[in-house]
Amino acid sequence: MIHRKTFATPPRRVALFVTCMVDMLYPDVGMATAELLERLGIEVVFPYEQTCCGQPAFNAGYRDEARTLALRFLDVFEPLLKQGVVDAIVAPSGSCTTMTSHFYSVLFEDPADSAARQRAERLAAVTFELTEFLVDVLGITRTGGRFEGKLAYHACCHLLRELHIHEQPRALLANIEGAKVVELNGAEECCGFGGLFSVKNSGISSAMGQRKCLNVAQSGADVVALCDVSCMTHINGLLSRQAQHARAVHIAEILNNQVALAPQTGSPQTGSPQADAPGSAPVEKPRRWQDH
Amino acid sequence: MATATATSAATRSPIDLYASYSDRVRTALDNQHLKTALNRSTIRMSNQRVASLAAVDGQLLRDQTRQMKEYVLRHLPDLLEQFEANIVANGGQVHWARDADEANRIVLDIARRANTQKVVKAKSMATEEIHMNHALEEAGMVAVETDLGEYIIQLANEPPSHIVAPVIHKRLEDISQLFQEKLDMPPTFDPEVMCSVARGKLRQEFLTADMGVSGCNFAIAETGTVCIVTNEGNGRMVSTMPRVYVALMGLEKIVPTVEDAILQYQALARSATGQQCTVYLSMTSGPRKPGDTEGPQEFHVIIMDNGRSDMLARGYGEALMCIRCGACLNVCPVYREIGGHAYGSTYSGPIGAVISPLLPAHVTNPEKLPHASSLCGACRDACPVKIDLPRLLLDLRADQVDDGDTAWVDQQAMKGFLFAMQDRRRYEQAGKLASLGSNVLAALSGGNIKYMPPPLSAWTESRNFPAFAKKSFREQWSERLARKKSI
Repeated sequence: MIHRKTFATPPRRVALFVTCMVDMLYPDVGMATAELLERLGIEVVFPYEQTCCGQPAFNAGYRDEARTLALRFLDVFEPLLKQGVVDAIVAPSGSCTTMTSHFYSVLFEDPADSAARQRAERLAAVTFELTEFLVDVLGITRTGGRFEGKLAYHACCHLLRELHIHEQPRALLANIEGAKVVELNGAEECCGFGGLFSVKNSGISSAMGQRKCLNVAQSGADVVALCDVSCMTHINGLLSRQAQHARAVHIAEILNNQVALAPQTGSPQTGSPQADAPGSAPVEKPRRWQDH
Repeated sequence: MATATATSAATRSPIDLYASYSDRVRTALDNQHLKTALNRSTIRMSNQRVASLAAVDGQLLRDQTRQMKEYVLRHLPDLLEQFEANIVANGGQVHWARDADEANRIVLDIARRANTQKVVKAKSMATEEIHMNHALEEAGMVAVETDLGEYIIQLANEPPSHIVAPVIHKRLEDISQLFQEKLDMPPTFDPEVMCSVARGKLRQEFLTADMGVSGCNFAIAETGTVCIVTNEGNGRMVSTMPRVYVALMGLEKIVPTVEDAILQYQALARSATGQQCTVYLSMTSGPRKPGDTEGPQEFHVIIMDNGRSDMLARGYGEALMCIRCGACLNVCPVYREIGGHAYGSTYSGPIGAVISPLLPAHVTNPEKLPHASSLCGACRDACPVKIDLPRLLLDLRADQVDDGDTAWVDQQAMKGFLFAMQDRRRYEQAGKLASLGSNVLAALSGGNIKYMPPPLSAWTESRNFPAFAKKSFREQWSERLARKKSI
């Protein structure tokens, strides 16, 4: 069990651990995270040396490879904390936060690796998932986001069952103005992504995702908010293939007021434009800067 | 059934446990009736478990059970010897079986010495694990399952598909059909009528059996007592009516004291079926003594290893704390989709995925089982002993890599992944390449990627994939910093 640091004075500067998936597939989610933090008075530092935390290797059983990337992660982020450049690390992902703050300890559990383990544990104490950071560290549950539509919440597995983050995202969503929050049946059931599981066991994975999509349809939600883009990719992959109206959206985009209701005019074959082209949409959008 | 005794268990059953993993999964996913049956039962049992644990201090119960099982693992040899001494002192006999063959030989020896023709059995995963029915049939004896669920699947010639609900893969409608065919039952879906038909048949079997065989839910070291937990009372009839009673137990079933047994009983009943206690708890400490009005003339306990001490030695001792409640199966989103037979082993679900590759059982593609999980962790949260099943699955995957048991393609992909991720420049170039390639694919299918080459086609068979961003986050961040500087 990792003990998170409690701050005497609220942290002012954080390092953004953006995660490789957000970096390469969903830059908007990264931007939303950074903007949100900046609007709340937090200075955001992005260490360019960061790549992947090593979770795909760890999950597949390749622990040596995972250790290599874990050490690399420590080398990238540790100096920023040691030199006082930042007070904490924030990631828009429950899963990648779990990897660095829980599973690095597993990787370095051999007594011969105790030095690395201690480094990992020191870093884990100041590494936070976004909603955890907002609610538990900053004490904020209202971010000024607005969404005109029905909003549901899907609890991603690592976030819920490893980090035990449950109420924080729900509290944030409850304060989104204009939104009608609807309950998703089986909200805490796995969407079936599971990393390489989604390819190695694609039939089972799709069936699990299908169950999730049925629950989404039954909830009547326009948007399903969640805290991991991996699960978002899986759920949207199914929803858009089936041309369903609803779509999954990372919570940072909702909290940062970047989500508009998908128009329902798209033909059933192509689906709604948003659902069908999340990565290739024009990136230039009106943004509200409020630097401190 | 008589003609089937000479053939193997595999060919007897319409369900092919020995098919390849991918075939087993495909068969399960294509079976709509299975989906209906699993949905009905797993969700109901899960809800009952949650309610039943909420009615008491469920966390405390789990913590205490875990502590007790940890103690048991640390004192296994001493407890088993204490148990043996007490059984013998009570007039029972103890046999030690290193593996499945030895256990079956011991059972057959006992049966032959007692001139056994018919064996009645209480539900037991341990006897399933060693295919005891098959051994008895090959020796010319009749083995009759007396647990209703087990009786149904024996009629259907199928293996169990769940640790506590062996017939969970069948709907009520399927069972009614089976009873009409095999037991001449009039058409009905009334469970009471169906039960009474089975009950009438089974009563005759109990009265004419020579030997009773059961498993063992837990065995008490301080008293030398075998405990079996049932809701139908068939366990008590198996252990008291025939002349000879044999209990087969995995060596991890031992608990130190009566108090510990009650603790495990609590955890088991609440976690398995959501009951405060089961209808029957049958305890046997020895054979009939002079003056007793009932009980078997002979009482045998077979303590079986069959790979369990190896599991302990290989660092998987935590899996030996399992009390076989089936809670992890009921909450598992993978089990809910494919049921038990797809695991190809006596033990299914998350615990089955852990122990099946470790036990010396004949499983086709056991190497696939540690990967048959999204590692969502629902099983660990449901486990009354808090077994960290996702962690054990991850450890098994790591063992495969250490032993060089992974596919060449996987190894190369991992090498490429590591190469790209170890260096910022290579990572950025790989991202650019992926962006170019994926945007071409996306453009071909109108915005979203609908086809990718193998092995990634496994994704796009049912799901779209987004194109990589044309400008990565880091590029956008750089531009933003430059803009800020210029202002």
